Amino acid sequence: MKIQQLSLFVENKPGHLTAPALLLAREGVDIRALYLADTEQFGIVRLIVSDLPKAMELLQAHGFVAKITEVLAVEVPDHPGGLADVLGALDGSGLNIEYMYAFPYLCGGRAILIFRFNDPDAAIARLQAKSINLVAGDELLK
Amino acid sequence: MKTKPILECSARDCHPASVPDYLPLDELRELQLQRLQAVVERSWEQVEHFRARMDERGLVPDDIRALEDIAKLPFTVKSDLRDTYPFGLFASPMKDVVRLHASSGTTGKPIVVAYTQEDIDVWTSVVVRCLAGCGLHRGDIIQVAYGYGLFTGGLGAHYGAEGLGATVVPTSGGKADRQIMLMKDFGVTAICCTPTYFLHLIDRAAELGVDMKELPVRAGVFGAEPWTDSMRKHIETHSGIEAFDIYGLSEIIGPGVGCECRRHQGLHIFEDHFYPEIINPETGESLPDGSEGELVLTTLSKQAMPMIRYRTRDITSLLTGRCDCGRTMRRIGRIGRRSDDMLILRGVNVFPSQVETALLQIEGTLPNYQIVLTREQGLDQMEVQVEVTPHMFNDKIGALQGLQGRIQSALDHVLGIRVKVALVEANTIARSEGKAKRVIDRRTS
Repeated sequence: MKIQQLSLFVENKPGHLTAPALLLAREGVDIRALYLADTEQFGIVRLIVSDLPKAMELLQAHGFVAKITEVLAVEVPDHPGGLADVLGALDGSGLNIEYMYAFPYLCGGRAILIFRFNDPDAAIARLQAKSINLVAGDELLK
Repeated sequence: MKTKPILECSARDCHPASVPDYLPLDELRELQLQRLQAVVERSWEQVEHFRARMDERGLVPDDIRALEDIAKLPFTVKSDLRDTYPFGLFASPMKDVVRLHASSGTTGKPIVVAYTQEDIDVWTSVVVRCLAGCGLHRGDIIQVAYGYGLFTGGLGAHYGAEGLGATVVPTSGGKADRQIMLMKDFGVTAICCTPTYFLHLIDRAAELGVDMKELPVRAGVFGAEPWTDSMRKHIETHSGIEAFDIYGLSEIIGPGVGCECRRHQGLHIFEDHFYPEIINPETGESLPDGSEGELVLTTLSKQAMPMIRYRTRDITSLLTGRCDCGRTMRRIGRIGRRSDDMLILRGVNVFPSQVETALLQIEGTLPNYQIVLTREQGLDQMEVQVEVTPHMFNDKIGALQGLQGRIQSALDHVLGIRVKVALVEANTIARSEGKAKRVIDRRTS
């Protein structure tokens, strides 16, 4: 149920996102989701890509510092209250969301929430117990 | 009753301690030779390290018959102080040592220096001569804003200012607002600190609405770091004071090895205590007066820790001829650069290898790094840029900020001064011939 996400270190300076984006574009790697966490000085680009091993190899070969991290993808209806329901399911669990981001799902009417939890396994158990729909990696990349 | 001047000296910057400044050259050379012979004899008898170096060259103290013979003697270098840490170069028993100071070295261990009471008295007298040469005297209120402590700057200037008979305000470094308040409220007439710190005080005073030109402060005695004539102009224009360059190093005595007089034609070296030579830093060969090279100093009167032909790594030249002020002592040109990689930042010695030590402590591996020096609002700034390695990288912002913080504290701890830390992308620090350029100095005058 865990999704593999690619995280990339970039400096917070003009043009620093271009090089990795061009590299992936040239080699036909599709970016399905992207989230940029930033500080004044640097940022971390989190990517869900169509071909993770290839993306990883390309970036590393070009001297980028990248890492694979495990996150969870949750599917919610794309309407008001979609996010609130998921968060409500976590209430009282003691689980901490280290970060999260969301993107609309192309196959209509749904959105995907990406979470990094302090304890992914406990989060999976909790979300499943609350009948929240977790999306598997291959489904996400379809 | 009108008091008569103690000295027959027309210059207004005379003090009893300044008498040797005006020694006729033949008397000075005679005195230097006597003292050189004595210090060589003493070091040979008391310091095993020195005797071994002499033995290697087949030299005995009696081989020093004329001042020129000094060129036969072995050099002392900073690593000799490290290798004999802490007390290996002492020529006096500890019961005669009344003070220890220490400065930062290239590794974790500092360089230790020692003083007998006689040494402290000499040190005081040379700083008195510096301050007197700057036109300061009894009645002046001198703020000492060098750091007090193991660093020789604070206490060196303090004893000198007291010895002069001035009123001392020992503020030590830091707390700019308080420095400015006291300068104003106490009617301070002169300040001793690093030139970049004074630039900072000028800017801060302006922010606080204090016009330094309106204050009684009329002289600044600045040292412990290289500075330029354009900095002097900036200081003098913006504060209305007269800025003096003072030179010294802990290994020799601390501040007071030499200082500018009011003619500002180089820094007079107090040659009766510190014998200057200029050498070719590559070959070690002695160069004639007037040539540019590395300054080498021999302490002629130091008891606790004599230094024979100490290589300062400072590049300058020796100026001969009587100065317009009447002093006979040779002068050195202002020091613009050093022959080794030591950085002087806000008066503190910093070595790239110390940065390496700190980085190694953090992750156990050494990431590629670069030191960038800039001057912001008149204050020297150092930024350590560290390339993020896959080993260091973490997906969470907080973890990276934590890493940045740990590097910061390790550097603060090792260097003793606050520097900035920037995490940069891998392979972004330029390498030439496979070797990274460690220091980028963007400080312009």
